[in-house]
Amino acid sequence: MSFDLAIEVPRGDRTVSVTIAPASGITALFGPSGVGKTTVLDVVAGLVRPSSGHVRVAGETLFDAAAGIALPPERRGCGYVFQDGRLFPHMSVQGNLTYGWKLAPPAQRFMTLAEAADFLGITALLDRTPRTLSGGEAQRVAIGRALLSGPRALLMDEPLSSLDENRRDGILQVIERIRDDLALPILYVSHDRAEVDRLAAQVVELA
Amino acid sequence: MPTGAEWAIIALSLKVAAAAILLTLPLAFALAWLLARKRFAGRMLLDTVVHLPLVLPPVVTGWLLLLFFGQSGAGGRALQALFGTTLMFRWTGAALAAGIMALPLMVRAIRLSLEAIDRRLESAARTLGATAWRAFATITLPLALPGIGAAMVLGFARSLGEFGATITFVSNVPGETRTLPLAIYTALQVPGAEDSVTRLAIASVVLSLAALLVSEWLVRKGGRHVL
Repeated sequence: MSFDLAIEVPRGDRTVSVTIAPASGITALFGPSGVGKTTVLDVVAGLVRPSSGHVRVAGETLFDAAAGIALPPERRGCGYVFQDGRLFPHMSVQGNLTYGWKLAPPAQRFMTLAEAADFLGITALLDRTPRTLSGGEAQRVAIGRALLSGPRALLMDEPLSSLDENRRDGILQVIERIRDDLALPILYVSHDRAEVDRLAAQVVELA
Repeated sequence: MPTGAEWAIIALSLKVAAAAILLTLPLAFALAWLLARKRFAGRMLLDTVVHLPLVLPPVVTGWLLLLFFGQSGAGGRALQALFGTTLMFRWTGAALAAGIMALPLMVRAIRLSLEAIDRRLESAARTLGATAWRAFATITLPLALPGIGAAMVLGFARSLGEFGATITFVSNVPGETRTLPLAIYTALQVPGAEDSVTRLAIASVVLSLAALLVSEWLVRKGGRHVL
């Protein structure tokens, strides 16, 4: 059980309407830029409110217009890896990684800082500040920050778009290990067919 | 070196300026946050009113304060009835006048720093489990600190130099409202007090330059991670 949603979101002069049936593994949202893929992730994370529909993640109802349920972002447990990283510039890498970990109830955590740093190969970066990181390093830290908050699911917005070819494979392997070793449902946004075919069990096309 | 009486004037000036910015800071932050982050009816009007002390002749600001906080003004009567006190001819009145004059500068500095902060960082904090309040306190507030510091230094310098609104509102009372600029003005009226004028002027220049240096340093320090 992972993502189960049917939503309509007003966006400018049109409406983004998406239905995703529950499936295990990675669900990819695929389509050209500008069709509202990121909007769907924002809706699941609770940053954008749909006009109607429902959002259920791992069996938990996060939003249901008919039932009047709309959990705030901090209670949704959706680890969000943003396209632009959004690391906190005034904190060290370690401060970024432990930000959500400290806020998570202990029972919800499934990794320690050391485990996450090791998993992502960023142990040597802990004392650095975000602005000194390369694109690939920053993306790993962003993934680690989301994992350490003990999420029930991950939302990933084009995590490879800012990386050059040979760094992509490293991050792709990390994502596959999150899928296989951690068995975390992932909603994955991309406009790259090859990437989607390699990763996803279910592909939802937006046009 | 300044004489004992001149040191007392410098100390009074520092006390008035410090009280002025501490009084104004919470209000300036709240106004800057409203103007930077919220869209509401009357926003333009509020923006204009906040900037009034910057564009009005200070004497007019002082006169408005006098109307409101004077013996027969609404504010003056309320203070008298509630606390049995008055701002008239007191250093507290001088601090209020200086604080009002510093307000627009402080709001501008804080607002600029708030506007430079990527609001999406707060969204990121929310998805990591932070409530709206915690996201504000751990992300926005620390990132705005250099701007807040710059606002305090600017406001402090502006308060030290305040003349027109102060002399109009609370007059020129030795030991109460006679701050550095008022003391310099007074000494200029007295034949043979040129040495005193020089010493007080040097003290003003030194304090203002120190404030400016601190503000430059804060801006540079802030620019490192905010921009």
